Amino acid sequence: MSRSRAAAGTGRSAARRAAAPTSTAALRDNRLVRVLGAARAAGRRVLVPYVMAGDPDPAATERLVELLVAAGADAIELGVPFSDPIADGPVNQRAGFRALAGGMTLGGALALVARIREHTGVPLVFMTYYNLLLHHGLAAFCREAVAAGLDGVITADLPPEEGDVLVAEGGAAGLATIFLLAPTSTDARIRSVAGASTGFIYCVSRTGVTGVRDEVPPELAELVGRIRAASETPVCVGFGISRPGQAREVARYADGVIVGSALVRMLEEDPEDLGRVGAFVRDLKAAVSDR
Amino acid sequence: MRTMPRKARAELRGRYGVYGGRYVPETLIPALEELETAFHEARRDPAFTAELEQRLRTFCGRPTPLYFARRLTEALGGARIYLKREDLLHTGAHKINNTVGQVLLAVRMGKRRIIAETGAGQHGVATAAAAAAFGLPCEVYMGVEDMERQALNVFRMRLLGARVIGVEGGSRTLKDAINEALRDWVTNVRDTFYVFGTVAGPHPYPEIVRTFQAIIGEEARRQMLDVEDRLPDCCVACVGGGSNALGLFHAFRDDPTVALVGVEAAGRGLATGEHAASLTAGSPGVLHGAYSYVLQDAGGQVLPTHSISAGLDYPGVGPEHAYMKDTGRARYVAVTDEEALEAVHLLCRTEGILPALESAHALAHLNTLAPALGPDKLVVVGLSGRGDKDVHTIAKAVGEDVGDRR
Ligand SMILES: Cc1ncc(COP(=O)(O)O)c(C=O)c1O
Repeated sequence: MSRSRAAAGTGRSAARRAAAPTSTAALRDNRLVRVLGAARAAGRRVLVPYVMAGDPDPAATERLVELLVAAGADAIELGVPFSDPIADGPVNQRAGFRALAGGMTLGGALALVARIREHTGVPLVFMTYYNLLLHHGLAAFCREAVAAGLDGVITADLPPEEGDVLVAEGGAAGLATIFLLAPTSTDARIRSVAGASTGFIYCVSRTGVTGVRDEVPPELAELVGRIRAASETPVCVGFGISRPGQAREVARYADGVIVGSALVRMLEEDPEDLGRVGAFVRDLKAAVSDR
Repeated sequence: MRTMPRKARAELRGRYGVYGGRYVPETLIPALEELETAFHEARRDPAFTAELEQRLRTFCGRPTPLYFARRLTEALGGARIYLKREDLLHTGAHKINNTVGQVLLAVRMGKRRIIAETGAGQHGVATAAAAAAFGLPCEVYMGVEDMERQALNVFRMRLLGARVIGVEGGSRTLKDAINEALRDWVTNVRDTFYVFGTVAGPHPYPEIVRTFQAIIGEEARRQMLDVEDRLPDCCVACVGGGSNALGLFHAFRDDPTVALVGVEAAGRGLATGEHAASLTAGSPGVLHGAYSYVLQDAGGQVLPTHSISAGLDYPGVGPEHAYMKDTGRARYVAVTDEEALEAVHLLCRTEGILPALESAHALAHLNTLAPALGPDKLVVVGLSGRGDKDVHTIAKAVGEDVGDRR
């Protein structure tokens, strides 16, 4: 039984200290890299809504993405549901289980991306868990993702020291690999995550899982400042940003704001009320733009 | 002294061959690094080792006997069977070896709150007992389905001062309890110590739990040399996450004449798909922070499992077992619910010992193993726990009414 480390995707050397290939030729054409890079250069803040792919079915997600784009989303995160979402709170867990019950898979999510791509150029990023990518095959996933029109992948349970194969395959195919930083991250870890991340760096606003929260932690500005000082890559903040006021506050110091659970909960309460969702996203966009 | 430098080096980064690693949200990485450092410092500290040794002796009841099962040996007509009696430990299973070690580590690290997951409730009870003994508050996550079938252990945990938190998500069993405990740890990482119950999970847990459980095999090896003046030919233990098995195997890992056999839960039969045999019927994947064998579907979603024993009802397994399977150092087989139940009855009637349903899986494998080895051979079976917690399940399985469960 031979399972080479590369095939298993469990390599453990390159990404650890040496800066990963943050800018391959393939990545220069990447929509996410271009859109977020241009925004950072212009000092413009971006809004990145998150929704669960296939909640409750793929057609609903397709309609939703169109609405999010019209409401001003600069990029969109699509959750790809996993049976054991350890980084997610109850709202996103329920959305994931609804999507799984509706038959969503990684392959299904890629097909959904290809359909969405027929009518929009908005950068699209998956947020998922490592086992799905590993099971699909990392090289095949990166190739198929780019072919479908996906721009990046966030893997909630993959720290950069386990991610060198994904970073290399993503770089070769032109798929951005986004790693996360947290309030517990040391300066050494900030360097290592910055070295492996392309497109943007995902800054988790607090210790915890995804969910709706009432306030923005006071230490967040300092954390984002440390990350921005260490890297040219745009920094987007997520986990718990639920209201326009919070988005405005975070946009004062971060390059972008990610809003997930608040949106997912709204859809859970009434999947048909897209007017409410559109108004909420427009309010968020306005808050982020005139911080 | 034996040395395996290549393996030792890999272990520094928590790898067993390609298996293991640390696949967790970023928030936990610094906590795992802190835990790793504290663990290695503690191991080198004679004061820590001395206190652990003393607690194991006076609180847990170590050493446990190595018992020659004469009537079982006769009944099966083959190898001489010895039972390593972890069932005699405080709280009724090997789990206490690990929880006392980890809670002692938590105290040393200045953590103020203990959390744990539990399936059968044995790890939860053992954690609650250790936390109480050191005066720390303890919260235990448990799937609501397991709370139902292990109601007695839920009450025991509460008696010991722990708060038991029912987990409704997913399949409502051990894997979901681990998910929820990880979410708690991500949220409260700065002051909370997560007492993980088996040799799975992100590095350094597989190494920590193995280290604290290795005393099972260290004692058994010494005891066997004392009694029989030679090493056993085979060690057998049940495998859920794999802690009692690895605890027994570890001391024998460099004894090439000692065969190591892990027994998984085949549930209603491997062909039915209703089982928990990750090594026998699974494939490599990442679950709960480690790369190891996992029961998963064609898309990489983790599958629901079934076993009559809640402690084996888990779709993953510790990464060192995956490594030992691939290298051939250990062999893994699976026995059904029915075979395990028969083994419960056999041990009760031949030896006057009521084994836990988990441990009964190891015993059930003796039916084929003991006669195949023949009378000149010596077998050590890890009797990981006692069956008091399982009497309702066993009664139900044989269609007997022993009164209201609640
Ligand atoms: C008595 C007993 N044996 C075995 C197990 C399985 O765990 P492990 O494989 O980690 O030893 C359990 C788990 O709850 C248990 O209670």
